[in-house]
Amino acid sequence: MSPLSDAAVARLRLVATWPEFSSGRYTVAEEIGRGGMGTVYLAHDTELGREVAIKVPHVAVSSTLEQRLQTEARVLARLEHPGIVPIHDVGRLADGRLFYVMKRVHGQTLRDYLLEAPDLPETLRIFERICEPVAFAHAHGCIHRDLKPENVMVGEFGEVMVMDWGVARMSSGPTLSIAKGQEAADAGSPAHGSSTNPGTIVGTMGFMAPEQASGAVSDHRADVFSLGAILYSLLVRDAPGSDAAAAIVRRRDVPRPLRAICAHALAPAAAERYQSVPALAQDVAQFRTGGRVSAYRETIVERSMRVARTYRVAILLMLTYIVMRVVVAIVFGR
Amino acid sequence: MSTGDARTRGGFPATRHSVIERIRDGSDDARREAFGDLIEGYWKPVYKHLRITWRLTPDDAQDLTQGFFADAFQKSWLEKFEPGKARFRTFVRLCADRFVMNARQAASRLKRGGATQTVPLDFDGAEREIAARPPSAPPEAEELFHQEFVRALFDNAVRAVRAECERNGRAIHFELFEKYDLVPADDVSYARLAEQFNLTTTQVTNYLALVRRRFREQALDALRGLCGSDAEFKREARDLFGMELD
Repeated sequence: MSPLSDAAVARLRLVATWPEFSSGRYTVAEEIGRGGMGTVYLAHDTELGREVAIKVPHVAVSSTLEQRLQTEARVLARLEHPGIVPIHDVGRLADGRLFYVMKRVHGQTLRDYLLEAPDLPETLRIFERICEPVAFAHAHGCIHRDLKPENVMVGEFGEVMVMDWGVARMSSGPTLSIAKGQEAADAGSPAHGSSTNPGTIVGTMGFMAPEQASGAVSDHRADVFSLGAILYSLLVRDAPGSDAAAAIVRRRDVPRPLRAICAHALAPAAAERYQSVPALAQDVAQFRTGGRVSAYRETIVERSMRVARTYRVAILLMLTYIVMRVVVAIVFGR
Repeated sequence: MSTGDARTRGGFPATRHSVIERIRDGSDDARREAFGDLIEGYWKPVYKHLRITWRLTPDDAQDLTQGFFADAFQKSWLEKFEPGKARFRTFVRLCADRFVMNARQAASRLKRGGATQTVPLDFDGAEREIAARPPSAPPEAEELFHQEFVRALFDNAVRAVRAECERNGRAIHFELFEKYDLVPADDVSYARLAEQFNLTTTQVTNYLALVRRRFREQALDALRGLCGSDAEFKREARDLFGMELD
């Protein structure tokens, strides 16, 4: 036998830990993602003949991590929405690890999608679709707490899925929070943490609300901030910095009402932000369709121009009609 | 092929004690056997370390590799390993470094160790592996030693799995493993292998899962034997496979 090449050694390291399903129902095809909590595999469901994604924790025997994965599965099972990946099955591997099976999501992350440079209306439509499942989750008492472009998948027809509810927390009832210990360890930043009690810090810098970053008690408005940071990324095509609210206001290449919407969502104090995700989504939709944006006080000139843009067909028709009447009056004297 | 022998929840067998425990606590036979395992796991990393890091000629590296293990067996200096200070792998490399320095100082050829433990060392094979290395700058000593340690570990595990498959009439399992994981062609797929071997896709994936599991078990079992302590074994397993073994 010829000696193992570097590539073979690397592959053996990978495949040796692929999960083994005692039932034989699922067969793993490849690893498609790896995060702080676990690894996601593309697998084939031999009973139903379909592709699925299976999430497995890294740790073979760790009650804490297992509990976290279980919690995420419960959150997903509770939130049935087209923008939230549905969960199909939960079980245990031959080695005792918990796993859950979810729909295989085709598409790319929002970050990759942005590289295709979609136009502004399309970008805003995508943003509104991101808001929908988040608003739905809030209505069911669940806060995502780690919204960022990497956690949003965009399908080839523009459908949007909000992923990775691993640090989600139920705003009522028992805490269902899940921290990303590995991510915190990797980041080595005080803005990351591994506990989920009040005072706990979870999330990603730049996309995390100040109250979340400081470890103070946060609510659904922390997600409003994160959505504002995503909107910033969509508009500026760059990750938000430490003072994104001020930075977006200086961006002259972004329409003023959009700057105002973004800055309002990114307000450092939760009380000064949009108080709900639907309110934010509504403002974005208003801008996209030429309506009035609540976060922006427009001048009379701007308002006139906006109305003119919105109703330009009707105005043109009316002007044409008036011109025709004038011409008729002049020519025929009546 | 046995699939469930001595497995624990973590998916690894707890059958073998660390090499240090076996060398220290065992009878003469047990010590000799432990040394055999140690040589099997470490001779290639040591040899390649001498060839690449120390830039020794093949003849000198062969003499010193054999002399190193013979000396270690006779003078029992591997038994002085202290788990709290370093990994056993690092300790072996440092011992090899010291051995080479002493040999150079003595400026004399080392006498071989009187066949205390006979393990065939395929130096020609090791030379072919060195020749097959990409023509880049050699890595740092520790990195090289680690790479070669892992390669030797996996190589032995693959050989053991192959022998096991052949013994149990499951040569086809190993052939699938070889074609899909060891030397995969660009267009390899489960479906293509199923067609080629007249199997269903599910059979292919099940056969592969079986061999991969046995490979992992063999590799972890050997790794446990080559580490200086249980804690070190857990660290190595985590580094190697990303597995946390509580």
